[in-house]
Amino acid sequence: MSFYEEIKKYALFDFESFFERIDVRDVRKTIARSRLSERDYLILLSPTAEQCLEEMAQRAHRLTIQHFGRVIFLYTPLYLSNYCVNHCVYCGFQVNNKMERKKLNFSEVDEEARIIAATGLKHILILTGESRKDSPVSYIKECVEVLKKYFTSISIEIYPMDEHEYAELIAAGVDGLTIYQEVYDENIYSELHPAGPKRNYRYRMEAPERACRAGIRTVNVGALLGLNRWRSEAFFTGLHADYLQNRFPDVEVSISPPRMRPHLGGFPPPFAVTDKNLVQYMLAFRLFMPRGGITVSTRERAGLRDHLIKLGATKMSAGSSTSVGGRLDFDSAGQFEISDERSVSEMAMMLYSQGYQPVYKDWQMISEEPP
Amino acid sequence: MVGFFVCRGRDTLKIFVNGKDEVAEDGTTVADLIAVKGFNPKTIIIEYNYELVPSESWNGILLKEDDRLEILRFVGGG
Amino acid sequence: MEDFLKIGDRELTSRLFLGTGKFSSNKLIPEVVKASGVQVVTVALRRVDTAFEEENIAAYVPGDCILMPNTSGARNAKEAIRIARLARAAGCGNWVKIEVITDNRYLLPDNYETIKATETLSAEGFVVLPYMSPDLMVAKKLIEVGAAAVMPLGSPIGSNRGLRTRELVRILVEEIPLPIVVDAGLGRPSEAAEAMEMGVAAVLVNTAIATANDPVAMARAFSMAVKAGRMAYLSGPGEIVDYARASSPLTGFLRE
Repeated sequence: MSFYEEIKKYALFDFESFFERIDVRDVRKTIARSRLSERDYLILLSPTAEQCLEEMAQRAHRLTIQHFGRVIFLYTPLYLSNYCVNHCVYCGFQVNNKMERKKLNFSEVDEEARIIAATGLKHILILTGESRKDSPVSYIKECVEVLKKYFTSISIEIYPMDEHEYAELIAAGVDGLTIYQEVYDENIYSELHPAGPKRNYRYRMEAPERACRAGIRTVNVGALLGLNRWRSEAFFTGLHADYLQNRFPDVEVSISPPRMRPHLGGFPPPFAVTDKNLVQYMLAFRLFMPRGGITVSTRERAGLRDHLIKLGATKMSAGSSTSVGGRLDFDSAGQFEISDERSVSEMAMMLYSQGYQPVYKDWQMISEEPP
Repeated sequence: MVGFFVCRGRDTLKIFVNGKDEVAEDGTTVADLIAVKGFNPKTIIIEYNYELVPSESWNGILLKEDDRLEILRFVGGG
Repeated sequence: MEDFLKIGDRELTSRLFLGTGKFSSNKLIPEVVKASGVQVVTVALRRVDTAFEEENIAAYVPGDCILMPNTSGARNAKEAIRIARLARAAGCGNWVKIEVITDNRYLLPDNYETIKATETLSAEGFVVLPYMSPDLMVAKKLIEVGAAAVMPLGSPIGSNRGLRTRELVRILVEEIPLPIVVDAGLGRPSEAAEAMEMGVAAVLVNTAIATANDPVAMARAFSMAVKAGRMAYLSGPGEIVDYARASSPLTGFLRE
């Protein structure tokens, strides 16, 4: 059994007619429930539930404080390479985009790591395009060796891998995996990934499970919002997170609700996702998985992010750059435009002003095994 | 010559019943043993050498040296 | 819509299971079964040590009940497996309640040995209902090894202390897709109703019924309480609402 089989159960599910039958009383009852079922989660994602956002927000806020405290974890992305063999029509790094391709060498990785570490951050998320030729596992591993000197937590957001490859990276010091399914609807998925290894929907979907089996500590899943109707995508993302949490109770599971942003070779999002939609998604997920993490990146603008802190967010990026060597003043296109340009210290000040504590370091891996 | 061992006599057997040593006469069947003990055959079940034996067969089982019997009964329990 | 409890291949309408220990007379058992409508009745298997004439309890259990032998007396998985096999060979059907106890002070079950026995017996085709200390990881393990239901204790056997393990049982109800049967410790019908309202699938009661002054009436009372609790659960009780008023709205900015 894998999540791929789980999601198949919904192949013929009619979301629209389910939503039509929901009335406000169903929503109110669901908000008050101590434990939400899959169906309850979907009720909170319904158009009807938009009438109860404030009630959902109050409960989501309390639950977040109860389980996480008044803290936000800060991290930043570090783009190692933008070589990519995939054809994702919505991505700035896709193979057909004429752009200068770049991969950091190890001294450049060191240099950028030093700049980031000077801001106080201890958690880093490293990213590459999908190219096993230009950024093979061995390259990622060497980068991790460099980064270990500066950071206590290293997460990867790279192409999906086999279990033994995850195990190899975990042994090298990686403790977190972020991998977005992009879109859970399998038909839309094949339309948007016309060629390249990423066409393999199932291999990507089962990547978090493989990483969990390999011993990863945190996984972060998500759908890229705008590629499909958001309600069903939010639903499947939540189910995916819940599935992982049930199967791997020792792993910290979180979701990201990334909304599409403008990028090189612009692909306008086919489906709109408003601020209100984003908020509803976060609140519904928080009520469904009170202990699940919610990561909000700099795709969202500063003003909105300031509000999302009290609406279930647990982790935020700061001082971001989405281009390779972005902090080294390389002239290179980013994967997407960021909307919140604030530095780490500016984010920290904003958090303090809201009564929250920024957390830079959540743990320290003790690498040596006792004899 | 006088033996230094206890002679049990040719016509008795050592058996284990419900975990305890017992002595039975040679030629005793399971049914005989139950009768000697005064159990109502309708209320008990017998495990003979780790295998449940139905009451119809008790007449035909001749006890041998070192046989193990459990005489059991269903009782009240939660 | 009929509300069945499906365990193994049986569909039960009664969600009260009866234990048969400690009755002042076995003659009460048919009456108790009749008054309460129970369909699952547990019995134990014991060595017969004296010729003192005793009865076969099974003779008092109406034929349409599922006779569920327990493995009480077993101190490890091996013994439990042996007892289960014997009981089945003796005509008890294929249901078995695994009960492995190594602790004579509190009579708490040994979850580790229970998992081992459940694994072997499920593979042999038994419908296995393991009695356990309510523990989420153990329950997950029991699913994996083929249990048909899990039976967490409410409080120690025979203690009549009620549903002391409430929070842990609630977690099992939320997380475990098998029927949860609260076994042991329920002393009063109201406690059985409480367990049923929480969403447990059934309760097993012995001491509270067997040792009441009027066991037949008490059995009826438990039966009614179990039905009431089940009905309340199915009718979706109103959630406890938090009336605290928010000091400031959190979503006001969306209307700006």
